[in-house]
Amino acid sequence: MQLSKDKLLDAYTRMKKIRVFEETMRDEFAKGTVPAFIHLYIGQEAIATGVCVELTDQDSISSTHRGHGHCIAKNSDLEKMTMEIFCRAEGLCEGKGGSMHIADLSVGMLGANAIVGANAPIAVGAALKQRVLGENLVSAAFIGDGASNQGAVFESMNLASVLKLPALFIFENNGYAEFTGIDYHCGGGDIAGRAEGFGMPSYKVDGSDFFAVQEVAAEAAERARRGEGPSAIECIAKRWYGHFEGDPQHYRTKEELETIRRDFDPLIIFRQKVEDAGLIENNDLNLIDDELSNQVTEAVEKAKNSPLPNVEELTTNVYEKGSY
Amino acid sequence: MRVKTYREAIIEAMMLEMRRDEKVFIIGEDISGGRGCGDFEGEAAGGPMGLTQGLWDEFGAKRVIDTPISETAIMGAAAGAALSGLRPIAELMFSDFFGVCFDQIYNQAAKFRFMYGEQGATPLVIRTMIGAGIGCGPQHSQSPYSIFANIPGLKVVTPSNPYDAKGLLISSIRDNDPVMFCEHKSLLGMEGNVPEDAYEVPLGKGKIIKEGNDITIVAIGQMVGITQDCVSKFEEKGISVEIIDPRSLSPFDEEIVYDSVEKTGRLLVIDESNPVCSFGSWIASMVSDEVFSSLKAPTRVLTPPHCPVPAAPNLEAAYLPDLDRIVEATDYLTNYS
Repeated sequence: MQLSKDKLLDAYTRMKKIRVFEETMRDEFAKGTVPAFIHLYIGQEAIATGVCVELTDQDSISSTHRGHGHCIAKNSDLEKMTMEIFCRAEGLCEGKGGSMHIADLSVGMLGANAIVGANAPIAVGAALKQRVLGENLVSAAFIGDGASNQGAVFESMNLASVLKLPALFIFENNGYAEFTGIDYHCGGGDIAGRAEGFGMPSYKVDGSDFFAVQEVAAEAAERARRGEGPSAIECIAKRWYGHFEGDPQHYRTKEELETIRRDFDPLIIFRQKVEDAGLIENNDLNLIDDELSNQVTEAVEKAKNSPLPNVEELTTNVYEKGSY
Repeated sequence: MRVKTYREAIIEAMMLEMRRDEKVFIIGEDISGGRGCGDFEGEAAGGPMGLTQGLWDEFGAKRVIDTPISETAIMGAAAGAALSGLRPIAELMFSDFFGVCFDQIYNQAAKFRFMYGEQGATPLVIRTMIGAGIGCGPQHSQSPYSIFANIPGLKVVTPSNPYDAKGLLISSIRDNDPVMFCEHKSLLGMEGNVPEDAYEVPLGKGKIIKEGNDITIVAIGQMVGITQDCVSKFEEKGISVEIIDPRSLSPFDEEIVYDSVEKTGRLLVIDESNPVCSFGSWIASMVSDEVFSSLKAPTRVLTPPHCPVPAAPNLEAAYLPDLDRIVEATDYLTNYS
């Protein structure tokens, strides 16, 4: 189905925002201003965006340690999100979560997760609202190729399949589980094939191409909303940078890294497709680029200048106030 | 007086809360009766120990959800459901199985409120069976509540009788934090007064089971009844014992223990967990820190030995603190000078 111009601009904005944000975070990390480890989402922008444009604020996602892109794609407030990554008091999680545990429940972003694969059952839990309360919703778990080997992920796919829950298992196959290549770590090598074994429709798509992801995400989300159960989508994309910032990536060749930037840039692919089809003027996209660049710079400056949490907050939020 | 068993009290608490709030549901293995009951006719089994009997019959498969044997998925789904606004009761059939799913409990559910900066609550109850005494052996008989109590963000409850089982479970279901509700398998058939209404027994409030002046005995779970059985022995010896049931370990009612020790000057804790870093040793340590000057004797903690729970009936009997050991420890403390 042809996407509206508004939807295309929205998708481009989300993808580009992820790119600009992550490039800025990379610079900030190099300068030593970010008080924690960060894992950049660059190269995978089309996956989070292709899925999240098919979701509403009532729909949920659960994310990974590489979660900045999911936050942005799910329309988290950029300033509060940036503050959280800088562990500031006014951040989404009041500075207690940081990059690897960032969440924004107001838009159904149920949290990045520093335990690989542990987010899959949590997304399945949100999907239970369809069964228990009859709510119309979809819940998506983003799962790396490394996480695809975790028992928690297998159990989640089986449970969602058995209970016919509106869950989407979005496998982001970026080729590496931390430092270890998929040729080494994934028995059988076919993540989508494994998912199919749990009795759900399963797709394998080009994760660098927004349109490839969005098309199947729309189909899977519709199916889930109709109460027909879960689906899995394996998105094959490239991780442009290291597992974490500062990872020297001795396990990758220079040639590999160069080809990635040339042939697998989700933003270039998107621009080419919409411009070739005459859907959007080049200038419209350039305007978005300028606007986002300002937005991100402002958010980062604001975050850096805002206070860390008060030390008195160390022991708050452990239990409901007054109950312990 | 309305007499019900510990098992019936637990079922009644869930029944009443599920009627009250459509967001309350239960998820676990075989809880309806297997296969989600499907086209089954007649009364559903309600789990291997009958602890969910009648729930499927009233609430159906939408809210009484049978699962595959997948504790990680059950606990994680319950955690995610709680974070999303539902109020799940997740059944971890035997507490020993926490080993296959603890990540979802202690890294996820227990931390949501803190690590997400109070954006949402996690109103989750994990009902789980603890305890030795019926010959289930090393992997179905443990009492890992000390491990649970060590986790910030979790609440831990250990009912010792039917009245408390119902009231504490109702409070736990209404609570907005994750609660590990530890049901003792040896107590399931215990009878006691259980009023009909949906009453609450608050978390963090201990109870003086018997007043006395010479020694404070804090007993946990099954150990409460075993200590009560020693009372006539104590009386024969002219020892006036005060027995406290903390009822919940986290939050823990420190004041009730301090007040009692200030009066008696002696503390004995009887705890079914293994001795190293046991909850009992924490109670003894708090008492030493806070009311040291009241103590007339060292504090004592009576636990099983540092070994797994054995299957052989004679070994299992030797494993658990019993009347002889309790009386011996009490004698030691009351004669200490």
